[in-house]
Amino acid sequence: MRKKADKVERALGWAGLTLGAAQLVAPRAMARLRGANGARAISAAMGARELMHAATLLNGATPTRWAWSRVAGDAVDLVLLSRAMTGRTRKRRRTRMLDRTPMLGRLRREIPTRNGDLTTAAATAVVAGITAVDLVTALRATRHRSLMSLHASVTINRPREEVYRYWRDVENLPNFMIHVESVRAIDEYHSRWKAKAPFTEIEWTAEVIDERPNELIAWHSVRGSRVITKGSVIFTDEPAGRGTVVTVAMKYAVPGGTLGTAIARMLGEHPEQQVRDDLRRLKQVLETGEVLRSDGSPEGVRALRQARQRPAQPVGGRS
Amino acid sequence: MKANCWMGRGHVEVMDVPDPEIMNARDAIVRVTSTAICGSDLHLVDGYIPTVKKGDVLGHEFMGEVVEVGPDVANLRVGDRVVVPFPIACGGCYSCKEGWFSVCENSNPNAGLAEKFLGHSPSGVFGYSHMLGGFAGGQAEYVRVPYADVGPITIEDDLPDDKVLFLSDILPTGYMGAEMCDIKPGHTIAVWGAGPVGLFAVASAYMLGADRVICIDRFDYRLRKAERLGAFPLNYEHADVLEMLREMTGGRGPDACIDAVGMEAHHPAMATYTYDRVKQATRLETDRPFALREAILACRNGGVVSVVGVYGGLLDRFPMGSLMNRSLTLRGGQCHVQRYLQPLLQRIREGQIDPSFVISHHLPLREAPRGFELFKNKKDDCTKVVLTP
Repeated sequence: MRKKADKVERALGWAGLTLGAAQLVAPRAMARLRGANGARAISAAMGARELMHAATLLNGATPTRWAWSRVAGDAVDLVLLSRAMTGRTRKRRRTRMLDRTPMLGRLRREIPTRNGDLTTAAATAVVAGITAVDLVTALRATRHRSLMSLHASVTINRPREEVYRYWRDVENLPNFMIHVESVRAIDEYHSRWKAKAPFTEIEWTAEVIDERPNELIAWHSVRGSRVITKGSVIFTDEPAGRGTVVTVAMKYAVPGGTLGTAIARMLGEHPEQQVRDDLRRLKQVLETGEVLRSDGSPEGVRALRQARQRPAQPVGGRS
Repeated sequence: MKANCWMGRGHVEVMDVPDPEIMNARDAIVRVTSTAICGSDLHLVDGYIPTVKKGDVLGHEFMGEVVEVGPDVANLRVGDRVVVPFPIACGGCYSCKEGWFSVCENSNPNAGLAEKFLGHSPSGVFGYSHMLGGFAGGQAEYVRVPYADVGPITIEDDLPDDKVLFLSDILPTGYMGAEMCDIKPGHTIAVWGAGPVGLFAVASAYMLGADRVICIDRFDYRLRKAERLGAFPLNYEHADVLEMLREMTGGRGPDACIDAVGMEAHHPAMATYTYDRVKQATRLETDRPFALREAILACRNGGVVSVVGVYGGLLDRFPMGSLMNRSLTLRGGQCHVQRYLQPLLQRIREGQIDPSFVISHHLPLREAPRGFELFKNKKDDCTKVVLTP
């Protein structure tokens, strides 16, 4: 999937580079080719825009980030082209007036012909095609983004077998995953999860889809779940007996999409922070026996609590 | 119970707060018999350590009697007399196993917060901001001590509180400052700051075999204490420190320099002092590092600069060129107190050191605000305030 998208992006990038460079180097010829609409300045501006987007595509760091701006650029191109088609008669009438202003006077020299209408139509078709490809890329990028990717790892000073065994017993997971209320094993591979979410409680069924004892566990939520999640946890040895590295990679659909993520981030509940804190608690449980509580956050830590703690005074449940 | 709480910048107040209780199976509750005000508490009160909240109970130097233990604490019993180290450490993580207790990987529940400021998180500390755990501190009648099976040391003999209380922080901190200097016979050690930690660094440098120790401060009453320990006093308001150190060491500089001052240093030149004071007040830097800058410039080529004064965040005009080009080693750390408890208790028992010489004031806990005032403004020849609940 990713590979294919890369190829499309690269092709779009090279096409943009060629077109953009041509418009900058020979704006008048290109304008004529497009159907003779637009001054050299417009042609050059369109060229610069093409080059900018080509750079984002070929640079390859996060090409999808610019997908929607590319669609917008395409739309501008299309508008200019359609004006070339419809505005031709009006332009003929205005030619004499434009002649008086030196810069716009250049328009006059681009003599519209029947032939011009045809090239405009052809150019419009090409740009429409590019727009379609850009649109598909943008839509796909957006869909991918709503499935958030998270990575986190922690090193635990316990044997790999012990760490693996603890995680594989899914009913242990709520001990350190603070947002998970409970996990009930249904059979060896299926489990029922209950979690707290703002204003509500959600439940879903997870399935272990791959497992290599003491090395890896991979899971996903079964089809039709309210929560879409998939992920894996990998257990490896630090060299020289320095502990077990637990690496979690997961994807899940954030409730509320991009907006939900932004709000969560503002409240200090960023999902990546949650996973890191969860792993830290796993480490505490395995290395020290339980999750450590402090007076500032007596119920154990939620990322939310770190931003807004109670004073570091004894809690005083007894008095 | 009564506890001394941070109530805003420059303002502490003794208030009624709930009694602590066991929250984790490895907790103990200690009834405090003696507690002290630390120089690093002043950084909190002056507002230079982030994430302190109104109402936080301060204090990380304390000792007392165990009154309650959690089910997983096997080594302590009710009635035991203990000194509690200021860093909270689990004993089970990689750092603890290596003896780096003050960077325990498990004892800070707010590690995520500390990571934002410091990159990685150090251990939790009693009464020292939420970034370092949000644990209630020891300037109180009772304290909850997490991982009580790891930190506290039991004092079995009849040594008075005044002699063992400082095992909780400043004695091992000064000692570690000297230990980091790799002292060899013939070495000259310069110590910036003749506060309690600086004084213990002077004493420790001699215990570890230094030939000569020079102590730099601006208060003669403190320098006199250093002098009594055998140090050569140097008042930076009356002498050019770099010049004097060069002269005293045959042009070479001290073999190692200890910064026992930290982030709120003073400087005799008004312009320099004002420059950093303004930057700090406007939070363009969090620390004013005069002592550290000077220590680096003074140190002999290839020497060690050992930092036990507390720094909070960012500083500028740091003489990195001097450090790099002259092959200096810069070391620092919050003290790994747990590591030094037994050996230092042994030295106290044998009479090699009597830490109570730093104490200038005994006050009841309810007078903690006055204690802070005396200590901060160096009034009444104040070097160390011990509070009794």
